[in-house]
Amino acid sequence: MLDSAQEILKLQSQGEATAVEITTSAIERIEATQQSVNAFTHINRELAISSAEKVDEKRRLGEPLGALAGVPVAVKDVLCTQDMPTTCSSNMLRNFQPPYDASVVEKLRKADAIIIGKTNMDEFAMGASTETSAFGITRNPWDLTRTPGGSSGGATACVAAGTVPLSLGTDTGGSIRQPAGFCGVTGLKPTYGRVSRYGLVAFASSLDQVGPIGWSVEDIALLLQCISGYEPRDSTSLKHDVPDYRAALESSDLRGLKIGILREALDVDGVDDAVREGVMNSAKVFEQAGAEIIEISLPHSKYWVPTYYVIAPSEASSNLSRYDGAHYGHRASDLQPEKAESLGPLVATYCQSRAEGFGAEVKRRIMVGTYALSEGYADQYYTQALKARRLIKGDYDVAFSQVDLLLGPVSPTPAFPIGEKIDDPLQMYLCDLFTVGANLAGIPAISLPAGTDHQGLPLAIQLQAPALEETRLLFAGAAYQAATDFHKLRPDTFES
Amino acid sequence: MTLSDGYPTETIIGLEVHVQLKTQTKLFCGCSTRFGAPPNTQVCPVCLGLPGALPVMNEHAIDLAIRAGLAIDCSIPPMTKWDRKQYFYPDLPKGYQISQFDLPICADGFLEIPNESAPETPRRIGIIRAHLEEDAGKSMHDEAAGRHDSRIDLNRCGTPLLEIVSHPDLRSAKEAKDYLNELKLRMTHLGVSDCEMQEGSLRVDANVNLHIDVNGNKVATPIAEIKNMNSFRAVENAIEHEIDRQYDAWEETGKTIKDEAKTTRGWDDTKGKTFLQREKEESADYRYFPDPDLLPVRIPKERVDQARANLGELPAELCQRLQKQYGIKLYDANVIVNQGRALVEYFETAATRSGDGKRTSSWIQQDVMRNLNEKQLGIEDFRISADQLGDLLQRVRQGDFDNTRARDVFSHMLETGQSAEEAIKSLGIEAVDSSDIELLCRELLDANPQVIEDVKNGKQQAVGALIGQAKKKNANANPKQVRETLLKLIQQC
Repeated sequence: MLDSAQEILKLQSQGEATAVEITTSAIERIEATQQSVNAFTHINRELAISSAEKVDEKRRLGEPLGALAGVPVAVKDVLCTQDMPTTCSSNMLRNFQPPYDASVVEKLRKADAIIIGKTNMDEFAMGASTETSAFGITRNPWDLTRTPGGSSGGATACVAAGTVPLSLGTDTGGSIRQPAGFCGVTGLKPTYGRVSRYGLVAFASSLDQVGPIGWSVEDIALLLQCISGYEPRDSTSLKHDVPDYRAALESSDLRGLKIGILREALDVDGVDDAVREGVMNSAKVFEQAGAEIIEISLPHSKYWVPTYYVIAPSEASSNLSRYDGAHYGHRASDLQPEKAESLGPLVATYCQSRAEGFGAEVKRRIMVGTYALSEGYADQYYTQALKARRLIKGDYDVAFSQVDLLLGPVSPTPAFPIGEKIDDPLQMYLCDLFTVGANLAGIPAISLPAGTDHQGLPLAIQLQAPALEETRLLFAGAAYQAATDFHKLRPDTFES
Repeated sequence: MTLSDGYPTETIIGLEVHVQLKTQTKLFCGCSTRFGAPPNTQVCPVCLGLPGALPVMNEHAIDLAIRAGLAIDCSIPPMTKWDRKQYFYPDLPKGYQISQFDLPICADGFLEIPNESAPETPRRIGIIRAHLEEDAGKSMHDEAAGRHDSRIDLNRCGTPLLEIVSHPDLRSAKEAKDYLNELKLRMTHLGVSDCEMQEGSLRVDANVNLHIDVNGNKVATPIAEIKNMNSFRAVENAIEHEIDRQYDAWEETGKTIKDEAKTTRGWDDTKGKTFLQREKEESADYRYFPDPDLLPVRIPKERVDQARANLGELPAELCQRLQKQYGIKLYDANVIVNQGRALVEYFETAATRSGDGKRTSSWIQQDVMRNLNEKQLGIEDFRISADQLGDLLQRVRQGDFDNTRARDVFSHMLETGQSAEEAIKSLGIEAVDSSDIELLCRELLDANPQVIEDVKNGKQQAVGALIGQAKKKNANANPKQVRETLLKLIQQC
């Protein structure tokens, strides 16, 4: 039951379960898995139950119900909630509770969803393994010795562990798609501007986007429908109307659809054979559903990661300046006397608060970004990266003049063991090899479960579409899931 | 200029002026910009820089910036954008200020100021650029009684500012003051800013150095940026002081611009001195980059054209027109225009109604403005409407009564809110028929034959006594008319 929003909606409307019952079982499941998986940074039983009671009451009174009535939804801890802490999995914001809800959280409440808790993540969404969290590592429900991916590792692991059917993640360079792939669930990064960023604590503002995570395309379409749309509080949000995403799910006939398979992604070194095979097999599935498969090239794809790792840290170094201990967040309480003496109390407080509040990866990126924006270096790094970004976008424009969708891997490997890459940032950054392109170009992309490897670890494929063509992703994704059962695979630990 | 006891010296001054734009709300959020509210009561997640909050640009600020730019002959490029200027300070909660770096909203303008050596050709002071930015909060350091409290008020945080940067074209403290006066006049006249230095809605930083002519070799002194001046007078004094200080320092140390980086100096108004604030301008690296939370702003030519069409007369043009149209002196026109647009409108309405520009101008400058100053009111709140004042002065022009009597009516109008006509009636003032005046004069002359003698002997002022008596007998008697009638009757005797 807890692995399908559609089923939860049906059970309630047929009177076979109440929102309180569903919520209670979700909470019990969270409590049962929290120690092993550690997907959540915060749960609030009382709040969740009381909002479930309201939904049940509304239903009893025959009042109109929102599209997600009684569906437990987990929210990544980078999205502001006025009734729960919002920590970004950082000591810096350990005790921070915002006075307002993120736009997407407001929308969830309006849709009568049950916001069940906040999920763990890499600190400030910087990482690909959820190992940089100040609240402990999240483990992959498919193999507890492995990471769930990141940064939305808690958001995907909580779905894979069967605690909730849906969750909200954020994706700056692959942070929804890669952990979705590692956890065998479906995750979508919308077009930049499709979903309001208001109340999403910024990592890299020009790349961040909120997106849905669930088992099936059908379920994430429901959540995407709920969170999409123009919002005046986010100047970068797009004024385009939101289509009816369910309509995209009605047919699984892909005839007339051209899918480009990414040549570079399959040729590049370091890609696991199983990953490559997963992509090739999926191409056959699409072909059988009527799509035409052609090879396509994105010539500047080798610059994706370097470009991303200049732009994202540059913006991050600026966005994270506000955490200085002066107004909120962690403030160093005992200044080191010699520092206070040499720097003065103000600068010493800044330095020590930030030194104590931020973890190593956050500090690394702040330093990289600060350097890349500094006088004398900005031209070589930041400005150069902006130029590369334009070329990367141009590649996509050319590709999408030939094909409707791009097919490729999500990540070079399946889920890796905890600790394997945490001390090797460059290896960690290479996890983003195939995902950052969509962020740099601002286009939507989806990660779909594509079976398992010889170790039983989930494999995944990625589809990318032109801007605002989420419908196309959902259409092809649903057709894929109609033809395969990969999205129905569950980890051994899963209890239904 | 030449210092009396030294080498010939030229003073080089460039001004950076921040004017606060007169918007109802802040530059990137809906908080009020009202001055003087209790600390931290006009704030929201956006201007507090809370995590996840995002800026949304205030279109009205763009309109005002365009208006300001056109008023100082700037061009308004078709695209402008927002950049982050990054530094740490407790009154800057985001750790960066949203400003404009390489594509300011206004570029390449000028302002004209009086030219003392050639009054016909005004001095043209170049303006490099004017860009929009958000203000920071206010830090108040309370170091009284051994405490080291710092308090932060973030009400001002996010208030829209336009920073107007001049070329170093100014050559004296007086010119700097003239420039500021002209700038303020234009900005207030166009409703762009209140330009109140006391309230911080106009702030000035002055970059000053000297070019000393040492036997034909030009020597430049190190540049000082002077801050914390809180009146135009202070700007003038600070620059005057700085000129002397720099000359003396050069004489003493011989240090030139090559030996010393730019320093920042504060102005101490009570001591009348500038003092060193920052030893060396640390080559601050603000790491500007385009703000990814905001879109570039496209300003189509039509929007600029529209703004230009709505700009109306600039103060100098307006002065000229008032002079011509109402026959008043340039000085008087200036005084009226300096009071702002509302007063100009008041003057024009009243002057048209009265048909006497000069009289109206002097009444407004004396009676009206004195009253406004006493009561600390704006002309919008003045009890006597322009039409009513016009009516009153029209009667004076017609000779119904004199200025003295008119002042009584004016006071009565002010007290009661009555119209000129009502006030005249309730004071019992009516025009007296000339035959009644003649009758009155005859009576007076009959009773005072000595006056007739005196006048005939050339002492015309002798009638004065009778005018006084006439007023006592009939308060409405127009003294001028009485005098003329008396003289006429004496001639006939």
